[in-house]
This record gives sequence, structure tokens and C-alpha cells, in this order.
Amino acid sequence: MTDRTYGTHLPGLTAEELPGKLIVIEGADGSGRSTEVTLLKDWLEVAGHAVVDTGLRRSDLVSGQIDQAKLGHTLGANTMALLYSVDFADQLENKIVPALAAGSTVLADRYIYTLMARAIARGASREWARKLYGFALKPDLVIFLDARPVILLHRSIGKYGSLDYWESGMDLCLSRDLFESFFLYQDRLSKEFDWMAREYGFHRVDANRMPTQVHWDVQCLVAPLYGEQPPPAPPPVEGDRPAARPPASRGRRRAASG
Amino acid sequence: MISETPSPSHGYPGRLLVFEGLDGSGKSTQAALLGKWLQSQGYRVFFTEWNSSELTASTIRRGKKKGLLTPTTFSLLHATDFADRFERRILPPLRAGYIVVCDRYAFTAFVRDAARGCDPAWVRNNYSFAPRPDRVFYFRVPVSVTLKRKLASRLKINYYEAGMDLGLSDDLNESYSRFQSRLKREYDRLAGTDRFTVIDSRRPVEEIQRDLRADLRPLLENFPTGERLMHDG
Repeated sequence: MTDRTYGTHLPGLTAEELPGKLIVIEGADGSGRSTEVTLLKDWLEVAGHAVVDTGLRRSDLVSGQIDQAKLGHTLGANTMALLYSVDFADQLENKIVPALAAGSTVLADRYIYTLMARAIARGASREWARKLYGFALKPDLVIFLDARPVILLHRSIGKYGSLDYWESGMDLCLSRDLFESFFLYQDRLSKEFDWMAREYGFHRVDANRMPTQVHWDVQCLVAPLYGEQPPPAPPPVEGDRPAARPPASRGRRRAASG
Repeated sequence: MISETPSPSHGYPGRLLVFEGLDGSGKSTQAALLGKWLQSQGYRVFFTEWNSSELTASTIRRGKKKGLLTPTTFSLLHATDFADRFERRILPPLRAGYIVVCDRYAFTAFVRDAARGCDPAWVRNNYSFAPRPDRVFYFRVPVSVTLKRKLASRLKINYYEAGMDLGLSDDLNESYSRFQSRLKREYDRLAGTDRFTVIDSRRPVEEIQRDLRADLRPLLENFPTGERLMHDG
């Protein structure tokens, strides 16, 4: 069964056929991932497809260990990368594969790519990370929600009131300043996502826009998987509409798009 | 100051000695005796065992008890555990110029994971952060001998030790023999590819220990004792 994975066979994977579809939504914190996952799940279910959603750090086996380890901030880079791989493998084997075998669509809120990017940003080689996750199933579709760091920053602050320690890569000691570290870290991650986008054939979606616009792009990518037509385009968003109202009607227009 | 002669195997100033073999092969006894002798000679010695990091010990225990582990998660969980131990307890003394004695090392994983059907190249990649030891002593012994020792000690054979998760046999002793035979075949294969120092473990304890000490003499020539590490150079 190595043709369904990235090169390494998964021992015990016997399901001759996995008729379900595996759709992955990747993107940084603040790229609108969770919003899109919710919208996409609704849309697919309304269309009659059974959807199982999954994400990182949700396995029964080690998610508690990961949370604990993060509180301690004492794990080495190899250890952290491997611990995340246990979590992923556990979910792959106990949740994703059975759901696909049952013909469900699995909607993954992040997948191995985020884990690889994080490991590489912390010093692992691309080759090591690529081989480590060789046992992962190849998705039917990987959508990368691509948003500029400054957008991520504002969404993150808007949502949490601050920046997250780990999402800012503070453990890398790139800078003692949270704000500066955030940009340096996101820059590293986006370099890795650029490389992986080519290597793994991501479909990029411009996530600097409003959720409805993003969602429509995603729908257009997903519909063909089921041999369906994409829905009609949503009405253009107010902010993006050029000169629809007199410029005098006060500053509701946002600067450019997003 | 730190030792002047870095190891030819891994480039660190310390020395890395590894003891491998089946359960009941006598390797732990020999490792402990050797460690004692090295200390008596004035060397700084650090000792580590397999599967002892606080991080994953409880998960491994729980996973085993509940039968949650598959060959892949079993392998990755042990790799995590080893990485933690390596980064915390093996690498620092190795860099500081000490002798690190490991009762089992990555080879234990190569052997067990291969017996469980994991892709050997994949497992090796996962452990590629672990440097080549200066010596790997492989305590070679027939499976029938280890089983006899096991039964005589009245320690219960545990589920994973017997490879019961592989469904080789419903009988615990039978499964144990078959699984240990698989492990031995893998060890024998690695003995060649990874240049193990093979030790016939059926001989008397004293005789084996004498051979080990003799084998290490050239490796320890000019190697600094604890005293010299602190005050010389």
C-alpha cells in the first residue's frame, strides 16, 4: 500500500480500498482555517457527504503529553518533532483510515505539512522530516490558505488579544521580543510552505480576503472531487466593490483588499 | 578542559559504549560490571537504560496496557522517548568528554520495529540524530537459553516482550520464542552491517568481563580520567 502513502508502507493497513476522500486545509494561525473548515463541513454535509473532521494534537494517546511538555518548555527539537508524529500516527490509524475505509470524507484541519514546517524551522533537515512522515496518506486535495504575516498578526491579536508563545516561535530564541519573533518565525514557516507547496502540490488560496470569498475558491477546488459543479460565485464584498457608493459616504472602505 | 582526541566514530570528545542483545542475554549484568570497573579507573561514567524518560514512560505504559499501540505508534513513541533521553542524558556527557554506557541503544528499536513489520529504512531515518557508538557489544545467545532464564526467574513474560500484538501464537511462551527468534535474526543481520563486537554469552560472566575490559584498553589509551577532565588542559 505504498502508493497511497508518501513512500513508506503503513504496517497493518489492510483496507484494500479507501473510498473516502481526504481533504486537507493548511495555513498559519489566523489564516481563517477553522472558519473555512466549519463552512466546508456544512456545505459537504448539506450535499450529502459524511464528514469526519480531524486536526493536530487530538489523539487519545499523547495529546495530554504534548500539552504538558509545552508547559515545561524543556523538550529538545528532535523529541518535540517525534512526539507530534506519534500524535499524528495515532489519529491516522485510529481515525482517518477507518473513516476513509467507511467512505467518509475526512476534513483535516492541518496535516503533516505544518508539523514538518515546525520541525524544520527548529533545525530538522527537510529530508529527515519528509521521510519521517513517509507513512502518511496522500490527500486527495491540499488547500493552503495563504495570508500575509501582517494579516495573521491582526487576526491573532483580534482573536486572542495577544500573540501565542509557540505560534511566535519564542522557543527558538530568534528574538526576545514577541512581536519581532512572530515575524521572524512566520517568515521561516512560509519558506517551508513554499517548498512544500511545490513538492506536494498544494492549491493556494488567497486568504487575505473575506471568508465568503475564500470559501467560494475552496468550493471550486472541492466540487470536482465529487464530480459536482461549484456553486455560483458569492456577491462581491462591500469593501472590495470599487466606487459602488459615493466616496463621501465615510470611511467604511478598507485599504485595498484586506 | 575537554579531551584532546575526539572519537573517530562520532566526533565528540566522550566515548559511547552500547550493550545490545535479547532479554536475558546477560548484557545488563556485564554493562553494570564494566561501568563499575571504569569508575574504579577514575573515569567519569554515565549510565542510561532503554525506555526510562519521564516524558513518555506513562504513555507507553498506558498504551501497552490498553492495547492502543500499533507498530507505527509503538515505533514513534519509542523514538520520542529515546530522543528525549538522548538530548538530555546522552549528548551532554558525551560532549563533556565522559564515557556513556548505554544498556540498549537505537539498535534495539531497529530490531524490534523490523520484527513488527516497520520499514527498516524509515526507522533508521527517524533515529538518524543518534551518532554511531564507539563500540556495540552484542550479547549473542540462543533463544532457548533466554527463555529458560526467563522462566527460572519467574518474572512474568509481558505481552509486548512476547510480541503478542503480532498474533504469532495464542500461547505466551510460544509467541515469546517466535518473537525473540525474529529479534535474534535481525540482531545477527545488524552484527554484520553495523560492525557489532559479537560476544558469545553462554560463557562464564568473569571470562566475558575480562574480554570486554581487554577490548576497551586501546580505546581508552590517553583518554582523560575525571580528575584530568577537571584540572588539566
